[in-house]
Amino acid sequence: MVDFGGWEMPQQYSSIRDEHFAVRKAAGLFDVSHMGRFRIAGDPSFDFLQRTVTNDLGPLVHGQAQYNLMLNESGGIIDDLVVYRGSEGFFVVVNASNREGDLDWLREHAPSGVEIEDRTFELGLIAYQGPRAEELLPAEGLHDLPYFGFRGGDVAGIHALISRTGYTGEDGFELFIDSDRVGEVWDAILERGRSAGVLPAGLGARDATRLEAALRLWGNDMDQTTNPYEAGLGWTVKLGKGEFIGREALQKIKAEGPRRMLVGLKTGSGDIARHGAEVRASGRPVGHVTSGTHSFFLGHPIALAMVEAASLRVEDTAAVEVRGREARAEVVKLPFYRGSARSGTSTAKA
Amino acid sequence: MADRRYTKTHEWITVDGKTATIGITDFAQSQLGDVVFLELPTIGRKIGAREGFGVVESVKAASDLYSPVAGRITEVNEKLSSKPELINSDPYGEGWILKLELAGDLPTDLLDEGEYKKVTEASAQ
Repeated sequence: MVDFGGWEMPQQYSSIRDEHFAVRKAAGLFDVSHMGRFRIAGDPSFDFLQRTVTNDLGPLVHGQAQYNLMLNESGGIIDDLVVYRGSEGFFVVVNASNREGDLDWLREHAPSGVEIEDRTFELGLIAYQGPRAEELLPAEGLHDLPYFGFRGGDVAGIHALISRTGYTGEDGFELFIDSDRVGEVWDAILERGRSAGVLPAGLGARDATRLEAALRLWGNDMDQTTNPYEAGLGWTVKLGKGEFIGREALQKIKAEGPRRMLVGLKTGSGDIARHGAEVRASGRPVGHVTSGTHSFFLGHPIALAMVEAASLRVEDTAAVEVRGREARAEVVKLPFYRGSARSGTSTAKA
Repeated sequence: MADRRYTKTHEWITVDGKTATIGITDFAQSQLGDVVFLELPTIGRKIGAREGFGVVESVKAASDLYSPVAGRITEVNEKLSSKPELINSDPYGEGWILKLELAGDLPTDLLDEGEYKKVTEASAQ
């Protein structure tokens, strides 16, 4: 067990390698109950959220979710989050490590009439991810549920909010279930999937699959000193939607061009570039690795690195620090791996 | 195995005449998680007791390997270059790491099974 944002969580249930392959070949079941979950309701909640996040909530209909960023006044990323629009208001899912900070930020900026309720401890959240997740989930009629759509339904006979989202690059579902029933659903999913190779999957497999899919991890690949353009998340920013926190700063950054960019690196066998490792291009330091791991599925180590804008291009060779020496790295296109998730551009997160 | 000895840094050693076999413990592999790569020394190199001789890379981190004893390396486990996962699946058997020709006596600070168990129980807290 490891500490993750104050929660005790398993790095692996059996083996990271086996769990990783289960997610890519059949499905894996993750307990992501540590993620922060808030209900935001009241008449002014649409306007309030629209001014607090980067994406345009305007086109969002009931039963749709959207990937978003919450910025500070200088355009730095406070957190990335998924906003769900329900018939009785909004629901947002945030990173565990930012739950309290996000809650303070939202409450500080909310006008009267907006109700913000932390529901993290009443609801369990599990993610069933993999190309066979729909087929193997003990639930009916999910074929027409679109990517980033959600609805209420029964899973193994227990009421759940079923959302077609995830953080692995694969098709799959995130299930919000009352804390006292979530264990039963967990067991039923594993029971039904066992013969197909389904496994419970821990943080190790979660990090490897999200990194292959080039899904950013707040605190590693971005933080309050990173703006959305640097993080390669400009697609979540809708400058034309009207006023929102950080917009003015972003207009300036966009006009001047971002100073840094996130690139993908591939290294040779055993050369795992870890968070913080220096990246050099033509003998000159250009940035640092933000996330790195060995990809069992691709068969070589992969890393994301934040480097000076225009210092590296796909197919370039860079040098990266591994165990105190320089290792050769090839700049590759992102994502490293495109799984069965239905949309190539709408980056999901659990 | 009765004659297997351990270090506080989670290596194990068995001795047969002048030859010592070294690996990492079951506790060490379980803490490291899946091993993906080993950086190992060349045959013939002389190493001292508690000297670092290589690195084990797991998905989680790179960790240094220390020799429990002094000696000259006579063999490294070649199978580990293509199957590093043997460290996880069979740490005391097929996952052995290297063999040494002992130089001098065994250090007195090696732990027996019971003493090592106490170390792991303390670090598992």
